[in-house]
Amino acid sequence: MIKLENINKYFGELHVLKDVNLEVKEGEKLVIIGPSGSGKSTTVRCMNFLEEPTSGHVYIDGQELTAKNKTKLVRETTSMVFQQFNLYPHMTVLKNLTLAPIKLHHKSKKEAEELAYHYLDVVGLRDKAHVYPTTLSGGQQQRIAIARALCAQTKIILFDEPTSALDPETIQEVLDVMIKLAKENITMVVVTHEMGFARQVADRVVFMADGQIIEEGTPEHFFTNPSNERVKQFLGKIIR
Amino acid sequence: MSGIFSKGAWLKVWTYRSTFGFGLLNTLETALAGVLLAMMIGIILGLMAASEKKILKGISRVYVELIQNTPLLLQICFLYYALAFSGNSLGIIATGMISLGIYHGAYMAEVIRAGIEAIPKGQSEAAASQGFGYIGRMYYVILPQSIKIILPPMVNQVVNLVKNTSCLYIIGGADLISLTYSFVTGATTGGAYAPAYLVSGALFFIICFPLSKLASVWENNLKKRDKKVNVAGNKERKVA
Repeated sequence: MIKLENINKYFGELHVLKDVNLEVKEGEKLVIIGPSGSGKSTTVRCMNFLEEPTSGHVYIDGQELTAKNKTKLVRETTSMVFQQFNLYPHMTVLKNLTLAPIKLHHKSKKEAEELAYHYLDVVGLRDKAHVYPTTLSGGQQQRIAIARALCAQTKIILFDEPTSALDPETIQEVLDVMIKLAKENITMVVVTHEMGFARQVADRVVFMADGQIIEEGTPEHFFTNPSNERVKQFLGKIIR
Repeated sequence: MSGIFSKGAWLKVWTYRSTFGFGLLNTLETALAGVLLAMMIGIILGLMAASEKKILKGISRVYVELIQNTPLLLQICFLYYALAFSGNSLGIIATGMISLGIYHGAYMAEVIRAGIEAIPKGQSEAAASQGFGYIGRMYYVILPQSIKIILPPMVNQVVNLVKNTSCLYIIGGADLISLTYSFVTGATTGGAYAPAYLVSGALFFIICFPLSKLASVWENNLKKRDKKVNVAGNKERKVA
């Protein structure tokens, strides 16, 4: 479904991704963990070309993603949920959800709104359809952002630290929605620090440090019996 | 010798009122065309400056710096005399429209660039992740949010442009200031300095003051609307 091949990424002099190879299968729930600055976010942002790799290839659904086809290919295949939600503050929740379906996916207003209400139900916020995003709590905003991503009905959803900007008490409501989604046949790539979530929903966990994938495996392998010293250290710090 | 505010002086201005009317008309005509051109230049160069393409940014930068760091008078003279001596004179009015458009276009470009760059990067990224191209991102997401940042300083530029029609004096324009000056220094009409400049100033004020006022009313309304949105949302939250 997604394939990263020898991805290198430089920000100026900084070498943030070093020859990353990664394949995500259809329907797979892949969780990327690792210390901050390890290149997790950059990796996931390369999957929809928010960051263009300095070298290497990205394939989505068998097609190579390029600067030329990115707008179209990304539109048809992937959605993204961001750390800072990035809802459109000048539009109501409903408008946020229907914008892309109407303007990009050629749905009628009625179809798009039905779709929007359906996914608002999924995230449990139907009653917020007509308010502006800035009036909602962080957790609610992120659930709306997830609904917005779902409205595109793409096979892949990328999550870039979706709970890192949230108050502790609202983290769970967002995770609950994501756990619900994980039961569907959506391909999910999730960058997160939520180890409980990783354990519960991941088919595979990837550990990154210093721009490289250091270890990957099933959650059981990771959390019970990690072989790599760096991983052990990290998990020791993060799980109390 | 009569005082500068003598009845005779006022009478002289009244007798030649059509001169002032003609000057005002020329000023407005020049300003209107100048504003349209400045907006066009401002929008195009502002978008170029805010784009990701280095070449477009560069072109816009060079234009803005060249125009902002040389005097308007020089630009008017250059456009008028350089063309006149090569036998391709545009005429005074057209020269005025074009040079004012070019000059204020540079300032408008900066206003628009700043307005676009004031919107958090995440907004553009969210739209890109949905599959909006550059134009869609600008049209649906960025510009509707920038507009309230852009409008007040843009109206300021319009006011400045109206006042800067006075620079056409240097090439013998028929704008309000030039005609006022000819009037007070003319062999047959001369002498009525105080009333003439007061009238001329009043005419400028009548045009410019409502524009400035419009800008601030506009700004306040937009701020109020934002507040209303938040208040409505808070109510909603309490009910829920």
